[in-house]
Amino acid sequence: MIKALSITKGIHDWLYSSMSENMAYLVEMILIALVYLAIFAIAGLFLVLIERRVAAWFQLRIGPNRVGFQGLLQTMADALKLLSKELTGTEKADKFLYNLAPYFVIITSLMALAVIPFTQDFHAFDINIGILFLIAISSIGVIGILLGGWSSNNKFALIGAMRSGVQTISYELSVGLSLLTMILITGTLQLSEIVEVQKNGWLIVQGHIPAIIAFMIFMIAGTAETNRAPFDMAEAESELGAGFHTEYSGMKFAYFFLAEFINMFIIAAIATTVFFGAWLSPFGITESIPILGVFWFLAKAMILVFLMMWFRWTFPRLRVDQLLTLEWKYLLPLNLMNIVLMALIVWQNLTIQL
Amino acid sequence: MTNQSLQELIGSWFPNPEAEKDSDVVDVAENEEGSEDISTTQEPINPSLLVFSEEGSQFLNIIVQPEQLHSLMAQLKSNPDSQFDYLFCLSGVDWGAELGVVYHLESTTHRHSIVVKVKTPDRENPTLDSVYDIWMTAEFLEREVYDFFGITFNNHPNLKRLFLTDEWEGFPLRKDYVDEINMVIK
Amino acid sequence: MEETIVETNFKSEEYFINMGPQHPATHGVLRLLLTIDGEIIKKVEPDLGYIHRSIEKMCERDSYQQIVHLTDRMDYLSSNINNEAVCLAVENALQLEVPDRVKVIRTIIGELTRISSHCLWWGVMGMDVGALTTYFYGFRDREMINDIFEETCGARLTMNYNVPGGLMFDIHPNFIKRVKDFIVHFKTKIPEYDRLLTGNVIFHKRTKGVGVLTKEDAISFGASGPVGRASGYSCDVRKHRPYSALDKVTFNEAIKTDGDTFARYEVRIQEMWESLSIIEQLIDNIPEGEYRVATNAVIKLPKGEFYQRVETARGELGVYIISTGTKNPYRLKFRSPGFSNLSLLNHIAVGGKIGDLVATMATLDLVIPDIDR
Repeated sequence: MIKALSITKGIHDWLYSSMSENMAYLVEMILIALVYLAIFAIAGLFLVLIERRVAAWFQLRIGPNRVGFQGLLQTMADALKLLSKELTGTEKADKFLYNLAPYFVIITSLMALAVIPFTQDFHAFDINIGILFLIAISSIGVIGILLGGWSSNNKFALIGAMRSGVQTISYELSVGLSLLTMILITGTLQLSEIVEVQKNGWLIVQGHIPAIIAFMIFMIAGTAETNRAPFDMAEAESELGAGFHTEYSGMKFAYFFLAEFINMFIIAAIATTVFFGAWLSPFGITESIPILGVFWFLAKAMILVFLMMWFRWTFPRLRVDQLLTLEWKYLLPLNLMNIVLMALIVWQNLTIQL
Repeated sequence: MTNQSLQELIGSWFPNPEAEKDSDVVDVAENEEGSEDISTTQEPINPSLLVFSEEGSQFLNIIVQPEQLHSLMAQLKSNPDSQFDYLFCLSGVDWGAELGVVYHLESTTHRHSIVVKVKTPDRENPTLDSVYDIWMTAEFLEREVYDFFGITFNNHPNLKRLFLTDEWEGFPLRKDYVDEINMVIK
Repeated sequence: MEETIVETNFKSEEYFINMGPQHPATHGVLRLLLTIDGEIIKKVEPDLGYIHRSIEKMCERDSYQQIVHLTDRMDYLSSNINNEAVCLAVENALQLEVPDRVKVIRTIIGELTRISSHCLWWGVMGMDVGALTTYFYGFRDREMINDIFEETCGARLTMNYNVPGGLMFDIHPNFIKRVKDFIVHFKTKIPEYDRLLTGNVIFHKRTKGVGVLTKEDAISFGASGPVGRASGYSCDVRKHRPYSALDKVTFNEAIKTDGDTFARYEVRIQEMWESLSIIEQLIDNIPEGEYRVATNAVIKLPKGEFYQRVETARGELGVYIISTGTKNPYRLKFRSPGFSNLSLLNHIAVGGKIGDLVATMATLDLVIPDIDR
């Protein structure tokens, strides 16, 4: 729960003094959920804007800069437009699954957001199986994509959905195994403890060579997991039109769209937490001001987000069989060897402790 | 190869029956050793099968009867001295009384060109042989001609309308095609 | 206990899918009827005619000056070369010798058109294999050429700069300087293209060994332009039948022997270099003189048949005029390069994945109005 910030502390005390304990607990949960929903929406919109500006920068354009200062309100306006658009769909769609699919996608990414440690106390749900929870949740998202593609009754959408299924199931392995490599050092799945371990140096420094390999695999697999270029097989606009969300319009499409960006942020956030010391400042320079942890966390995550955008706007797309070849023939064996290497290093105490 | 020697070579595949009474045309057409015939056979060509002309054109023109079209084309492609392996243009033409197809051929090894013309007087049900098996590009080009001129090609693998819809009536590039709504006549 | 036999023999079923007429990868209103087994292409059947305007029929009622204007609307990316083809055919028929100045300017403009077409192709090629950024790089450089054209003749896409007998206007005083500026600019940009796309490992994976066309098939299918040359078949009309000022310049014909998608890509990149070299050789030596020789207001071609072959950015364009001596052609046939190149799509795409089809189609560089004349 949010404790350190004095405002939340005040609200917490007032709630517990003015109503019964159970009631107060419930109200507090709802409040936190609302706060996270707001973060979700704002972060999503902000990331879309960043993506567009970064893309524009790569593509010799200016990007959105008219609505609000430097286009800050552009995505807000887009969201309003999407809200007001008519929701169209195919006549022979499986209506129930068709409508359900976007929620699957968006709810899972929202749930994943809850376990991310933004700073020491800004951490809604510090479960002791944090990493496992993240991996488990992120693999549910693909069900939404599969359902969406299947139920829209469109061949292009179906091909996109099947590609997405194949891809996510494969790359899930690499995401899990590369995180497992790092867990060998930390010895815990709980995210707050993983951060604690990193006070002796970020894990990418502690674990040196295998950690760097694990980080690279994680970024590749993470990009694939979010269905972003160069692994955007599920959408592949030049091949499939719009892939699995061909038949979605208006806000339902926006859910898929927002979830994609939040997922990208989540992948970056996990990498920040596991490899780059989460909210820890470099060399402990701002350790005395805990609230700056949010800044450090977001700064690191944004650099990784930028890296993923860099991939997207410069790389061509892989073909579907090459995508699977990359995973099963290269990343997976490499990952397994990497785990052994990491185990040896941990066993022989060869990690670098600052 | 010059137009003159091309004319001699091709003419030798279709000897005049007056000169060589018992030769069957089809047999000669299938004879692959046309190159040897250059020096030996000097009979005049059969004007009822093949007419050469260079008038009003930068190429050597051969006007061939529809029955001889396919065998002539096969010879033009396979004979090592002519080797016309590149069909660069296939156009349907409505000559007024008759419908025809004009083939522009080039050899990528010898770099000589030739034009083969074939005409059929049957405007109701014009039929010619397909050269699809000789040059694969003819598949689409013949479909185009079928679409606009209504010339049917025998042995074509997939002869159906290419540009127009299947229920389109008439053949628009024929001279007698009338469409009072869409055509602006000046 | 009874043993249950599990049927492990999965049966796959082929299905149809419509690619187009509205599809991002078909670059216009081309409809492909695909027969697919999973992701593997079994058959590609193009369905044409969505933008057919029957230009050949329209030509039969138009005068020769008017026909020039219709040709822009075929392959709009090499409109100037199309114009030139008709003008050359008419001039040859009239036995009209145009001044050297006209020949040189026509060649320079033609090569600029080729570069601009290849720039657009390069951008779209990148986009089709998923690298969206290339599109803007290609358009940035194309923009400079379009600006030169705009200053020269007032139009950016459908130029109509050529008329039978010469050019519509003389070149703008800035023309030479701007073309030279462009050459300097573009020489630094082609290496940038290479850095962005050509050297990319994923791009190599996507294009090498994909859509292989052998030399024999290329000739048999009438492939021309970069598609034919990538299969090792020397088919550059500029080399074999030079027209305008092309006999005065030296350039290499870009030929690769692999015949795959990457070879077609490389041929086009190399062609941009060659075009630059042709322009460089000519830009300082534009002879003085008239920019046009007067023709009759009503051009009547002599009776006969005239055929003119030129090399557009996509391949060999043929103009076949049958004249009966009147002011209109009796029959005018355009041999369009895209039509023949499209006809071989089924041959080289079968067996590949959907992604391969898109990459292959991108290197065939189809312009649909060119196919649907």
